[in-house]
Amino acid sequence: MKKFTPILEWGSLLFTTGIVCFFLVVILWDIISKGAPSLTWEFVSALPTAGMTKGGILPAIIGTVLLTLITAIVAAPFGISCAIYLNEYASDNWLTRIIRASIRNLAGVPSIIYGLFGLALFVQGLQMGTSLLAAGLTLGLLSLPYIIITTEEALRRIPASTREAALGVGATELESIRDVVLPSAIPGILTGVVLTLSRAAGETAPILFTGVAFYINNPSGYLNQEFMALPYHLYMLSTQHQAIEQVRPLAYGTSLVLIIVVFLLNLSAFYIRYKHNKND
Amino acid sequence: MLLWNTVAFFLKVKPIDFITGTQWNPSASKARYGILPLLVSTSLVTFGAMAIAIPLSIGTAAFLSEYAGKKLKNILKPVIEMLAAVPSVAIGFLGIVVLGPGIAHLTRQSNGLNALNGAILLAVMALPTIITVAEDAINGVPKSYNEASYGVGASKWQTLTKVTIPAAAPGILAAVMLGVGRAIGETMTVLMATGNASSFPKGFFHSVRTITATIAIEMGEVPYQTTHYYALFAIAAVLFLITLIVNLIGEHFVNKYKKYQEA
Repeated sequence: MKKFTPILEWGSLLFTTGIVCFFLVVILWDIISKGAPSLTWEFVSALPTAGMTKGGILPAIIGTVLLTLITAIVAAPFGISCAIYLNEYASDNWLTRIIRASIRNLAGVPSIIYGLFGLALFVQGLQMGTSLLAAGLTLGLLSLPYIIITTEEALRRIPASTREAALGVGATELESIRDVVLPSAIPGILTGVVLTLSRAAGETAPILFTGVAFYINNPSGYLNQEFMALPYHLYMLSTQHQAIEQVRPLAYGTSLVLIIVVFLLNLSAFYIRYKHNKND
Repeated sequence: MLLWNTVAFFLKVKPIDFITGTQWNPSASKARYGILPLLVSTSLVTFGAMAIAIPLSIGTAAFLSEYAGKKLKNILKPVIEMLAAVPSVAIGFLGIVVLGPGIAHLTRQSNGLNALNGAILLAVMALPTIITVAEDAINGVPKSYNEASYGVGASKWQTLTKVTIPAAAPGILAAVMLGVGRAIGETMTVLMATGNASSFPKGFFHSVRTITATIAIEMGEVPYQTTHYYALFAIAAVLFLITLIVNLIGEHFVNKYKKYQEA
């Protein structure tokens, strides 16, 4: 019996790991196998028809793409500048430490609270109404701490000797950051930004009350109007639709498209990281 | 903003009724704003999720850092990252179409949208976070510890359970805290999978309604600037406080672990 104990021990750990992998396999298998049949060209290129029971999900795809773009425009420049300030300029004192701690805690705030905050600030406080812009700004706020944290990490990985070399040949601090540090940190920063955006694209709770709508007849893409989005569309199709069994295939199709969008963003982030690691 | 609306709420409803009330029924003719049922629901689902996720993720983290070869690791790591990338609404959807009917069949109930369903889904969502942080913690244990343990004749398993994991305990606790924070704040999955009955929760096989789900359901329907509207901000403030405390505890353990490693 004693001979088998190591195998048992190893086996129990392998078993837990197997369960974790099993979860992913079930998720992907179920969504891909049942979503693929509804994934036709019409599905991704047409407007919904017949009370959502037929037709495509084009407005939801457009909505999610636009929303993610706005999030990027709002969060990326601001987040990257914050990180550059924190990492390159700010001295290590109590104020900086408090700022860093708050950013870390902001990253842990539940997304629905961002939704409430967006509702109170953008929709009502700034009178934007429920709109694409308000939802994009809310998601931008949600993404900000993640972008700051990942950018700071990317900057920290640039060795001090690189900076010192630049300063040594007479570059000013600004020139050293702009021409030496940033270019070599770009792949790391990009990876963080793209991963954050993939998270934002799949979020539902923050846009619930800030601008998403179940059905928009004519997706104009104007900033001040409501929009459709893939995650919310999936939520509505799977819980709120009156003909719930009839729209199941559409719900599966929507979740497949959503997962493809999110995984494509993830893959591009991994690709950037992989290419960068190879160059080192 | 959160604070402002919360204060507006407590001007209208006595804080004591809010904290000790066992009914949440804002739309009744005599509106009740007791947070207890919501709080108990959230705790129940989170507790269930952790009971599932903690053993699984510590086992996986230990396997990854101590047993898995480099090749296997290169396959497993992306698997965990992909699991983390699946949007919560898609996991909630599977809770409705796969897990729900499964639970209903096993327990012979009419539907499987209950606390257990939500707990399993939240466990799946918390797993990647806990595994990644716990694996870092286990990896961070100095190699000399393991070597000393082998040196006195301990087996690999004895070293893992008696030396490595206890040494990494603060880091693993931090990982668990991050997972708890994620599970408490998750909205869409519990909204879709737990059934959302607003009565006082009775157990894992009954429908529950968490703080997050209550906000998501009711915020879309309330008129702005009413007592009910302020009440939702008040429960959001409570949720914010809870996650803040959980995160701070996690951070405390991370710092403790770092100091301990430097020593």
